[in-house]
Amino acid sequence: MDNHNSVSGENRWRDLDKLLVRPGNIVGPNFEPGPQLRDDLQAYAKVLVVGAGGLGCELLKDLALSGFRNLEVIDMDRIEVSNLNRQFLFRLQDVGKPKAEVAAMRVMERVSGVNIVPHFCRIEDKNIEFYGDFNIIALGLDSIEARSYINSVACSFLEYDSDDKPCEETIKPMVDGGTEGFKGHARVILPGITPCFECTIWLFPPQVKFPLCTLAETPRTAAHCIEYAHLIKWNEVHGGKSFDADDPEHMQWVYSEALKRAELFGISGVTYSLTQGVVKNIIPAIASTNAIISAACALEALKIATGFSKSLSNYLTYNGAEGLHTKVTEFWKDNDCLVCGPGVLIEVDSTTSLQKFIDLLREHPTLPISKPSMVHRGKNLYMQAPPILEEMTRSNLQLPLFDLMGRIPKDVIHVTGTVTLNDRKTSALRKLRIVFKGNVDGVADMDMAGGA
Amino acid sequence: MAEPKSKYDRQLRIWGEQGQEALEKASICLLNCGPTGSETLKNLVLGGIGSITVIDGSKVEEGDMGNNFMVDLQSIAQSKAKCVCAFLQELNDSVRAKFVEESPEALIDTNPAFFQQFTLVIATQLLENSILKLDKICRQYNIMLIVARSYGLTGLVRISIKEHDVVDTKPDHFLDDLRLNNPWPELKQFAESIDLYTTDPVVHKHTPYVVILVKIVEEWASAHGGKFPSTREEKREFKELLKSKMISLDEDNYKEAMEASFKVSLPCGISPQLHQIVNDSSVEIDSSSYNFWVLVAALKEFIENEGGGEPPLEGSIPDMTSLTEYYISLQKIYQSKADADFLAIEQHVKGILKRIGRDPDTILKTTIKNFCKNARKLMVCRYRLIEDEFNSPILTEVQKYLTDEDYSVAVGFYVLLRAVDRFTSNYNRFPGLFDGEMDEDTSRLKTIAVGILNDMGCNGSSLSEDLISEMCRYGGAELHTVAAYIGGIASQEAIKLITKQFIPLTGTFIFNGIDHKSQLLFL
Ligand SMILES: [Zn+2]
Repeated sequence: MDNHNSVSGENRWRDLDKLLVRPGNIVGPNFEPGPQLRDDLQAYAKVLVVGAGGLGCELLKDLALSGFRNLEVIDMDRIEVSNLNRQFLFRLQDVGKPKAEVAAMRVMERVSGVNIVPHFCRIEDKNIEFYGDFNIIALGLDSIEARSYINSVACSFLEYDSDDKPCEETIKPMVDGGTEGFKGHARVILPGITPCFECTIWLFPPQVKFPLCTLAETPRTAAHCIEYAHLIKWNEVHGGKSFDADDPEHMQWVYSEALKRAELFGISGVTYSLTQGVVKNIIPAIASTNAIISAACALEALKIATGFSKSLSNYLTYNGAEGLHTKVTEFWKDNDCLVCGPGVLIEVDSTTSLQKFIDLLREHPTLPISKPSMVHRGKNLYMQAPPILEEMTRSNLQLPLFDLMGRIPKDVIHVTGTVTLNDRKTSALRKLRIVFKGNVDGVADMDMAGGA
Repeated sequence: MAEPKSKYDRQLRIWGEQGQEALEKASICLLNCGPTGSETLKNLVLGGIGSITVIDGSKVEEGDMGNNFMVDLQSIAQSKAKCVCAFLQELNDSVRAKFVEESPEALIDTNPAFFQQFTLVIATQLLENSILKLDKICRQYNIMLIVARSYGLTGLVRISIKEHDVVDTKPDHFLDDLRLNNPWPELKQFAESIDLYTTDPVVHKHTPYVVILVKIVEEWASAHGGKFPSTREEKREFKELLKSKMISLDEDNYKEAMEASFKVSLPCGISPQLHQIVNDSSVEIDSSSYNFWVLVAALKEFIENEGGGEPPLEGSIPDMTSLTEYYISLQKIYQSKADADFLAIEQHVKGILKRIGRDPDTILKTTIKNFCKNARKLMVCRYRLIEDEFNSPILTEVQKYLTDEDYSVAVGFYVLLRAVDRFTSNYNRFPGLFDGEMDEDTSRLKTIAVGILNDMGCNGSSLSEDLISEMCRYGGAELHTVAAYIGGIASQEAIKLITKQFIPLTGTFIFNGIDHKSQLLFL
């Protein structure tokens, strides 16, 4: 019987099925066409959407209409009025509600059969096992720090075999999108195979800040006056009280101070809108670009899950400001990457206590990580928070790390803590390959690890 | 608490109040509201487009549940246009949303004047025959047209308008207009008033680089027979000269001067692009000329007279290390030259308007001012009639694309999309619609595609067999993600056309969803 005549319910996916059920010549390496493929996609594929903003809303819709049934979304933000020009799952009456919850509800209302679990929390609030549960992670974020964190989590699952080849079943694929105005990018990250976010961190240069002496002594532009009011004058006047960009009274104060300063120096152009833009570092955003970039990401997620076509390899840039230009660049992974590489090799004496080890980490030349919490094969070695876990694991600090790790001469541990990125403290997760020196069994193993 | 405009804050930062006003005045007609059409409109409705009219004669089917977000289970068997329209209205109540339950093909055939009322028509998933007719209708009434198509893992977007002129092109990286290669008297005078050899180190490191360059290039010129540095060696020497004037290593203004030193060697006069525009045949003004061309004619007169070969000065300067007072003085010098140039252009505009028998005040001051500010960045986009492209594509381009590895898939999809339309007119269904007829359809589609290539004067065998069978595999499928991508582009182009800001796409955009190596084809 032909597809178009088949029984009720089956016909819903008539378009998608053409591509999933039929064989083809231009397809991915693991493509196994057939009705089973769509059933498996619906039954087993589990995707996490990180961010329920402009990209996240689109991603949820796109994935739900690409046959995915098991979706989860995580976002710590609440809906604001200025979201409504692009975050199409939200209405005026939703302002103030958690984005993740409203987005999940709206897509479930419209696309029958899809199940979306919302998580209204920070990405760092979830433990690593939470992220381990997904087949694909789709990133709809606007911050480098958040991307960097999720990337390190996804890469932490990656294991290497004894030849330093990535083990396929431990690869946690990601699709990542970003937009600014009429421009955007979409990329596919297969940790261990294609470059991870950290391998190509240079693609995201840190924001340039104005020198303080310019703000204080030789202001020339409206932005200089605004930053003077925001960074210098605020502290002078309010000493101690921290500035809150979401408090309209605080913003109004900065605006009027900036205006006074501009008048003093004969500088024009200070407006309330510019004040908000400079202080909050607002990135202009529109619906169409988010739609394009999310669609590319969701299409790639469907390819990863089914192999029904080739993959983007591995970075797409889109520029619609001057004509329309798209470009695919194949970036290379950095074999020495701290995040997606085999892990940072650390040799420690078998008698070293956990406390001593933590002190060593803070001083480590390539990965200075402070306030670390550590997990070994799912077992908490030491946790900084919450207090109850801290108390439970505190006694471990005095025990030798070697004993805590079950007296294995070499193994991998995961460390979460704070690192400094672009002068800002940010959460990070690192994978360490620990090799014990001294009185341990299996000398041959140790040599192997040392050479790897 | 919520100001009415704050929901548009993030886009006002891109196209401003003027752009927003243009959007709010625009009326859009959408043909076919499948996923491609409804996703296109979604993006425009969110942005606050004035009105939308959805034309679709079909009823919602079960299959629409698998790719269209604007319909749900309750919509089944109802008018698709009505359901999509209702959902779009939910997104933004300041948009006027209407629908007509009629097939676009029938409307094109029976009531061409219907399209006259719109600013822009967006035709989605329409076959070749109807597109060619619609294109002619839109030309006749001077209505902008965007054609958007999603098909399997490919698709296209094509704009069709006789002419689209942009003043506010907002290019990303455009060289600032400092005239360091040709400083005018007031700028020179100001530079002369400043002592580069001041003993005050604070003043020394806060002398703006514009002043440094104007003065030191003067010094260079007097030692080089009045000439500015031009050869690579001279430019290097000039940089060394700049460096020698530093009194400490942390002088950012001198670093900026060295980085900007090439600006003193830039060629004088207008760019080749602007040259083409001021010499366009439309500059021959008559009473029916567009205001844009009246302004260009005035610009031409200015360049040939007061401008001494240069367009009006833009008037703004970039931020640079400087004492506040020096910077503000410089700003004023640039601004007053720009104001003087504006007044001169304004006189030319009035003179031309008078000459062609129109009210000399018909073009607003603000319009002329904006034109002067952007005079170096003007853009004129012209689009061939789609029928002309189909009947006589630019053969050299087609042949180049067919043999270029980067373009062969895109041009293959271009030919196959046209072949699909002919197949569909012949057989009344898409190739590969039925599983059982894949092989026959593939060879039929191939015959048609080879015929199209031969008609173009190209070798039909250059078409990849894999791509032909891939096209049959699609069987007319409209994937949601492809529709969202194509619809996203269509809406983005619509915004550029309506706001008359940024540069719209020229040529035909061919989407390649296999590896994302999409291309623009100029045919
Ligand atoms: Zn990496």
